Amino acid sequence: MTSELYPQLIALTTGLLLLTAVLQVWGRSLVRSIGLLAAQGVALAGLVLTVGFHVGEPGALFVAALVLVVKAIVLPWAMLRSARLIGETRERAALVNTAVELIVAAALTMLAYVVTGSLFGIGSDAAAHAVPVGFALVLLGFWQLLIRRSAVTQLIGFLVLDNGIATVSFLTSGGLPLTVELGASLDVLLVVLILGVLVVRMQAVHGHVDISELKELHD
Amino acid sequence: MAVWIWLLLLLPLFLAGVSYGLRRSAWTRWLPVIAAVLLLVGGITLVWLVGLSGPVATASGLLRVDALSAWMLVVVGAVAVVALWGGMDRSVSPVPPSSNPVQPSSRRRPGSLSATDGAALRPTTDPILASGSFAALLCLFLAAMTLAVVADNIGLMWVAIELTTITTAFLVASQGGRDSLEAAWKYVVLGAVGVAIAFLGITLLSAASLTSGEATVSWVLLLQHADALDPTLAKAAGALAVLGFATKAGLAPMHSWLPDAHSQAPAPVSGLMSGVLLSVAFYVILRIQAITDAAVGPELMRGLLLVAGLLSLAVTAGLVLTQRDYKRLLAYSSIEHMGLLALGAAAGGPLAIAAVLLHMLGHGLVKSAMFVVAGRILDYVGSHRVADVRNLLRLRPDLAGPFLLGSAALLGFPPFVTFFTEVGILVAGFQSGLLWPMLIACALLLIVFAGIARHVLSMTVGVPAGHPQTVPVTRRAPDTSAISPPQRISLPIALALTATTVLGFAWPLLGPLTAAVAALGGAQ
Repeated sequence: MTSELYPQLIALTTGLLLLTAVLQVWGRSLVRSIGLLAAQGVALAGLVLTVGFHVGEPGALFVAALVLVVKAIVLPWAMLRSARLIGETRERAALVNTAVELIVAAALTMLAYVVTGSLFGIGSDAAAHAVPVGFALVLLGFWQLLIRRSAVTQLIGFLVLDNGIATVSFLTSGGLPLTVELGASLDVLLVVLILGVLVVRMQAVHGHVDISELKELHD
Repeated sequence: MAVWIWLLLLLPLFLAGVSYGLRRSAWTRWLPVIAAVLLLVGGITLVWLVGLSGPVATASGLLRVDALSAWMLVVVGAVAVVALWGGMDRSVSPVPPSSNPVQPSSRRRPGSLSATDGAALRPTTDPILASGSFAALLCLFLAAMTLAVVADNIGLMWVAIELTTITTAFLVASQGGRDSLEAAWKYVVLGAVGVAIAFLGITLLSAASLTSGEATVSWVLLLQHADALDPTLAKAAGALAVLGFATKAGLAPMHSWLPDAHSQAPAPVSGLMSGVLLSVAFYVILRIQAITDAAVGPELMRGLLLVAGLLSLAVTAGLVLTQRDYKRLLAYSSIEHMGLLALGAAAGGPLAIAAVLLHMLGHGLVKSAMFVVAGRILDYVGSHRVADVRNLLRLRPDLAGPFLLGSAALLGFPPFVTFFTEVGILVAGFQSGLLWPMLIACALLLIVFAGIARHVLSMTVGVPAGHPQTVPVTRRAPDTSAISPPQRISLPIALALTATTVLGFAWPLLGPLTAAVAALGGAQ
């Protein structure tokens, strides 16, 4: 890989990651949000491939394929199926309006840059420049978990958070050992499938999937 | 030697396959009990083997059993035996529709236990407990906890902890209905998000190790090269990892899922989750604390754990006094005991860590026995509410006796082992200069004591609120119909309580405990 192409590819993939996350905070359509999640999966796979080729990791192709299959195909498909099954394709009103959501999202992104700067210092490497995107994704995922009321969006928020962690992982240390990487992907896949099943059951039992209405258990 | 590790990991998987394959046979519910017994035997064997010839590693270093891992295997095995044997050996007697068995005297004529009542009271096996997939999930849950304690790679520990959430999700939801669905949803979302934060911490730990050459998250290697770790990254990594795993360990302020999940799950599952899953998550915190302490000094972890421990005690103290549900009461008591463990880990030093490790075993045995008894009280009374259970010592002494004794152990009465470990943790705290935190902890423990004692006494010897005359009336004419035929105390519960009494005086444990404490310091 030529030396000019590497920073460009890193910038392209991480830029795509951040853009999709912000668009998810903006939008109200669940179907589009799931589509953006699939795009995030593709960008993450591209990032894995770029970093892997740059450091000459032989397993990178395999990990990238794994990320592509799990995050860009299987998970979005399963979530789309759950959403269609319960007939929920649009988000209910969130706890705050869109303008506030976007302003906070911008503030969180800046926070991510500040935090990363103090953690890693100002690196000269293209990868080090892109690490804040991972932290921004983590915070944006949290933000969606906090303000959205539909159980399906909670799932999306969790996956954005997970994509952010994966981004940090690949950019800072080239990922964890393959066994751990496989196990972690499998875990995330299973958690999302379980939550998908619970969402469908919730629709059957409660007649809605609004998690702010889940308050029967309290002290 | 390494074959034991593989045996302990693969046998539960095999038993899970068998129970799923034979899903409709009633005896499949005994397969998890077999898995638990094997785990206990294997754990004791590994304690012995590690004591003879040092740590065992296999799978190119991914799995490694040192004295601490072996001790944790024994804890998991022992608690699982109590929770599963006691919990699965439960033939449910449905509540007779005619009356509530606890307060029947005013409505029923003496001797009115009719044939229909008899039929309704005949033990039937709970359909949930008898199903093969329930048994299979329990076996997988055991395998996941085993993997968490035998893994050397912190990433693999993370995978195993996440697997415990996955395997228990449907176990929590297995009773159906709105409440258990809500509990399961909160449990999985909070558990998964919390543990994801821990994964971010592990990622940063891997980045911090780049300064010492190759990136690694192997616990042994990280501890060996702890002084070469990037200090800023190591601090952030340790804080995030502890924050994440504290969610799973039920430490405040990340505890909100715990009372819901532990009170809604069926008895064997609550027993396992409260008795040992929390401790397994806390074990991972101990491992991470060892690395960050070696890398950046003990102040960071001590501060975090002190805050979490005191907050957990405060949350419990605030909520036990007014608690209306006895299963939630037990769940909050688990938060209290996790807070104590956090205080012990914050104090540090051989005495505190030994007390923490012994407390895991003592608390686990008692708590799982208590959840089993609470499950039977629930079957008998048909209600979660403290107010619906009165005068249990006269009505069902076989349940009230262990419930009283177990509560005494949870509250830290001598001669139970929890007394010695709690004193050990507090003394170690005073010795390491944590005077004020430990004094606050003592005050909070007193409030918890009052709250739990009040509810337990009202359940076992209290008089029903609406029937002020019940006791005088029955004293004149004992209402035999209200009292079930005498039943013996279930064997696993008796064993658990006996073990908790004996453990405090069991000097042979000193060797393994000292070795486990030394292992945490990196000693071979």
